[in-house]
Amino acid sequence: MATRYVVGKAMALEGDVVVAEAMRQINPDVVAAYPITPQTEIVQTFSGFVADGLVDTEFIAVESEHAAMSACIGASAAGARAMTATCGAGLALMWEMLWCASGMRLPIVMAVVNRSLSAPLNILTDQTDMMGCRDAGWVQLYGENHQEVYDNAVQVLRIAEHPDVMLPVMHGLAGFVLGHTVGRVEILPDEAVREFVGEYKPAYPLLDLDHPVTIGAFDHWDYFFEHKRQQWQGMENALRVISEIGEEYGKLTGRRYGLVEPYLLDDAEVAIVIIGSGAGAVRVAVDEMRHAGVKAGMLKIRSFRPFPGAAVAEALRGREAVAVLERSSCFGGEGSPVFVEVCTALSRRGISPKLVNYIYGLGGRDTVPAEFCQVYRDLLQIAASGDAEPVFRYLGLRE
Amino acid sequence: MEKGWREITAGALIFEPGSSVAYETGTWRAVYPVIDMAKCNYCLDCWIYCPDGSIMVENSRIMGIDLKHCKGCGICARECPQQAITMVEECKE
Repeated sequence: MATRYVVGKAMALEGDVVVAEAMRQINPDVVAAYPITPQTEIVQTFSGFVADGLVDTEFIAVESEHAAMSACIGASAAGARAMTATCGAGLALMWEMLWCASGMRLPIVMAVVNRSLSAPLNILTDQTDMMGCRDAGWVQLYGENHQEVYDNAVQVLRIAEHPDVMLPVMHGLAGFVLGHTVGRVEILPDEAVREFVGEYKPAYPLLDLDHPVTIGAFDHWDYFFEHKRQQWQGMENALRVISEIGEEYGKLTGRRYGLVEPYLLDDAEVAIVIIGSGAGAVRVAVDEMRHAGVKAGMLKIRSFRPFPGAAVAEALRGREAVAVLERSSCFGGEGSPVFVEVCTALSRRGISPKLVNYIYGLGGRDTVPAEFCQVYRDLLQIAASGDAEPVFRYLGLRE
Repeated sequence: MEKGWREITAGALIFEPGSSVAYETGTWRAVYPVIDMAKCNYCLDCWIYCPDGSIMVENSRIMGIDLKHCKGCGICARECPQQAITMVEECKE
């Protein structure tokens, strides 16, 4: 018997509107948000849904992103399903409260329309914002294209609210590249989304007056460490839960999601590891290199927190040379955030391809397939010569 | 104090009210208040202002200071209209 999937409606929407659409379908109890380019369209579109009575959401127009996250924390502690969206400097302003949300184990979800951090003043995309809060205890997923952005937006609540996880989740989409461009996306029927997301039954809501509870208590040397250990466990469990939810979503829609996604990697000799929208151009580069007889492949990472070390290592086992592409400013380390994770994942498992680290596309600079083809040619040379120096490189930088 | 990470509530939730009593903030103290009962007129300003509820009162009469929770902030001494409260350094006889 052929498998039947729920059929979505194909639409042409901007990435930000895709997020707003998913939020409309989910119909959260509270959205507290502040506009910031290039996320503004999410809040603007969603507040239109509120004004038109299409959702039951209490929309709180706050005075800053710090206030947006604070209001979400209060709402979530009260037992509400709380959501927000931000980017770049807005995420930076939330930083203090990000830790409160995760430490209090509140399943808030948030779209981050990835934007660089000033200065110099820049509103265009790179992933410096989310990489900057990689250790804040939030699960981090990234979408490559409009469809993934939508599918992530529908799945993240289930991950956050899973009793074995109970951590906030942010999902990234590239500012302008996805957020402000129109792409094809299949939007599920409203009922399918509501059924998939289900009803939220908070375990210990503040508003349950028959069962009073203190949330956000003082916690010093005596138990703070143990509570942090619980967060490590939530993250570890999230590795399993992200895959389970992605599989369940696949059974519903035909689009399965995991922690990583390989592209023509099985027999690849040279591989690029990348996160987010840049993967689209890498696919084109892989196809061109394959056409020219080069065994090129790609590994796209969907979940950066928790980092799927085992899956990454298994996917890269047997490659001769690997380039980790990073779209974030990250100064002074041995390598960039993703590179360091990949190196550790491989080293722990005794896998040792030649490894190089490229920084690309900062501040919205386009990186085109021809440039990724050059990376593959560099990798071929590295594989042939055995010399990976310099390990830290810049792609598309004018010397 | 001895419970492991699996045995405690997630996110430090507390289900019993009044748990702050168990936390003895008196250990923070460098100076402690001494009330001269000859000057005290029982206006209870000290009881109103004390941020830790450490002025022990029964039937409108001051019965003493709860030194397990008094942090020695000195607000009571500052606010006392009779200047009946003196802050005395710990560790000094």
